[in-house]
Amino acid sequence: MFSVARKSALRQARTQLRLSQPVTVPHYSALARLLSTLAVLEQRDGKLNPASLSAITAGTKLGGSITAFVAGSGVKSVADEAAKVKGIEKIIYVENGAYEKGLPENYAPLLVENIKEGGYTHILAGHSAFGKNLLPRVAALLDSQAISDITAIESEDTFVRPIYAGNAILTVQSTDQQKVITVRGTAFPAPETEGGSAAIVAGVDPKAECPTQWVSEDLAKSDRPDLSSAEKVVSGGRGLKSKEEFDRLMPPLADALGAAIGASRAAVDSGFADNSLQVGQTGKNVAPKLYLCAGISGAIQHLAGMKDSKVIAAINKDGDAPIFQVADVGLVGDLFEKVPELTEKLKSQ
Amino acid sequence: MSGLRILVPVKRVIDYAVKPRVNRAQTAVETANVKHSMNPFDELSIEEAIRLRERKVPVQEIVAFSAGPTKSQDILRTAMAMGADRSIHVVVEDKDPQLEPLGVAKLLKKVVEEQKSDLVILGKQSIDDDASQTGQMLAGLLGWPQATQASKVEIADKTVTVVKEVDGGVETVKADLPMVITTDLRLNEPRYASLPNIMKAKKKPMEKKTLKDYGLDEQPRLKTVKVTEPPPRKGGVKVDSVDSMISKLKELGAL
Repeated sequence: MFSVARKSALRQARTQLRLSQPVTVPHYSALARLLSTLAVLEQRDGKLNPASLSAITAGTKLGGSITAFVAGSGVKSVADEAAKVKGIEKIIYVENGAYEKGLPENYAPLLVENIKEGGYTHILAGHSAFGKNLLPRVAALLDSQAISDITAIESEDTFVRPIYAGNAILTVQSTDQQKVITVRGTAFPAPETEGGSAAIVAGVDPKAECPTQWVSEDLAKSDRPDLSSAEKVVSGGRGLKSKEEFDRLMPPLADALGAAIGASRAAVDSGFADNSLQVGQTGKNVAPKLYLCAGISGAIQHLAGMKDSKVIAAINKDGDAPIFQVADVGLVGDLFEKVPELTEKLKSQ
Repeated sequence: MSGLRILVPVKRVIDYAVKPRVNRAQTAVETANVKHSMNPFDELSIEEAIRLRERKVPVQEIVAFSAGPTKSQDILRTAMAMGADRSIHVVVEDKDPQLEPLGVAKLLKKVVEEQKSDLVILGKQSIDDDASQTGQMLAGLLGWPQATQASKVEIADKTVTVVKEVDGGVETVKADLPMVITTDLRLNEPRYASLPNIMKAKKKPMEKKTLKDYGLDEQPRLKTVKVTEPPPRKGGVKVDSVDSMISKLKELGAL
């Protein structure tokens, strides 16, 4: 598969594009043995984001060594925490408040420096807002065509990802030297967070200028499980008719199940629920054990975000709604009656 | 300050309401005789550029851009009917090697330099390949600030303040021009092109170019191994009461 023609074409491409760098062309038969992954972990206020550990799981599937990377202020404690995660060989941390907010303008050059230093063949991160914002920029700096939102790994250069809102599944083979990849969290469950003992080392810090200034954030506070990693999700749509009804019916149901709350685009656009709760092609992808939705018709853009759920249950008064074509259990009825009844019956169990 | 020179790249994709079908050979999604339209996020980009001008931000010109088959000119006309001043079409026929986000970003870098653009507004993702990469890659290649998934854009003098949608809420960032912004659903409500504007758009200039004009010969880095249909979900059951829903869910191990 590694023909001579491709080798020389690649060599030519490399020399043309990266004259400033020393040209080291690895021997291809040795590539598999040299496979090494850099998994970029997310942290916030000195706390590891467990969802970002899906990059470690994906790295484990690739084989080869896994190095985790974390940067920000006070990240030594994050590194200590991540060191216990099974499968990680080494953790590189860069202690610098400039990286705390994950701004790609300086975080991307930071990663590129550390990638060059470590000679990684695969760079992985979760397909979250952070990963989506950062990794394509890193890929461009490395002259690599990034691969987004993979759901499976077939080999070290062949990956599976959904396209067209999950209506088609694409398998692609990358010819790039460095593979820059974001992984779908729900397809790569988090590894064990105990029992590992990774070495912790400080990384290089190029201290690149950051032209962008972080101003503020406004995050929805919630005691409920995180939507993208929750085991159960209850989700409401246009059928709830108003924000008042959404707030009256959905939270009690979520609490009765210990579930996270999601919403369809229609519900978000109508102001019933916050943007960050949107499930679908342009919102969050979820794959919980149970996805229970009420008042959602099931447009393809919505199905894109939830059809990998283990069990789908739907309540809708329109028996012909497309949601019933994917639902394992469908209840045709008025959600204003059925949801409170369901909440009561679940609570009393 | 002299007015903003805004570049808005748009992509022709299978219409969002069409359910795509994988072809028999499992090499691609069937695109022949399928309704195409402008990528929905790109409509938001055009709309935002026009609204900046309407909000009295000094805008010198809005240039719509597309790389793709001859039919992409239809969506450039749409962009001009919405309010773009002129457009550039780089012809990439279906038989040619297809551009990937990195290739598009490299092309856009050249276009930005040629057009002296100082603001590029792209959609956050195209609904066909769902990659969500081009804007970030372009910003990286140009060394410009980027603000992805924008739900609000404000420009005062040379400073751009963008509210971005992130996991769990919103985040606000600020940077000086030039800049790359990608649009999210909540940014605006794109307008419909009126008939008189559609007629006027026919007279607006459209430059036709090729990749060679920009000195690009980017070969795809990713090889399609196969395209398949997702595994269908098994047809479920309909129940008639809350009790039977609960017992069915228990049976399935979901409760």
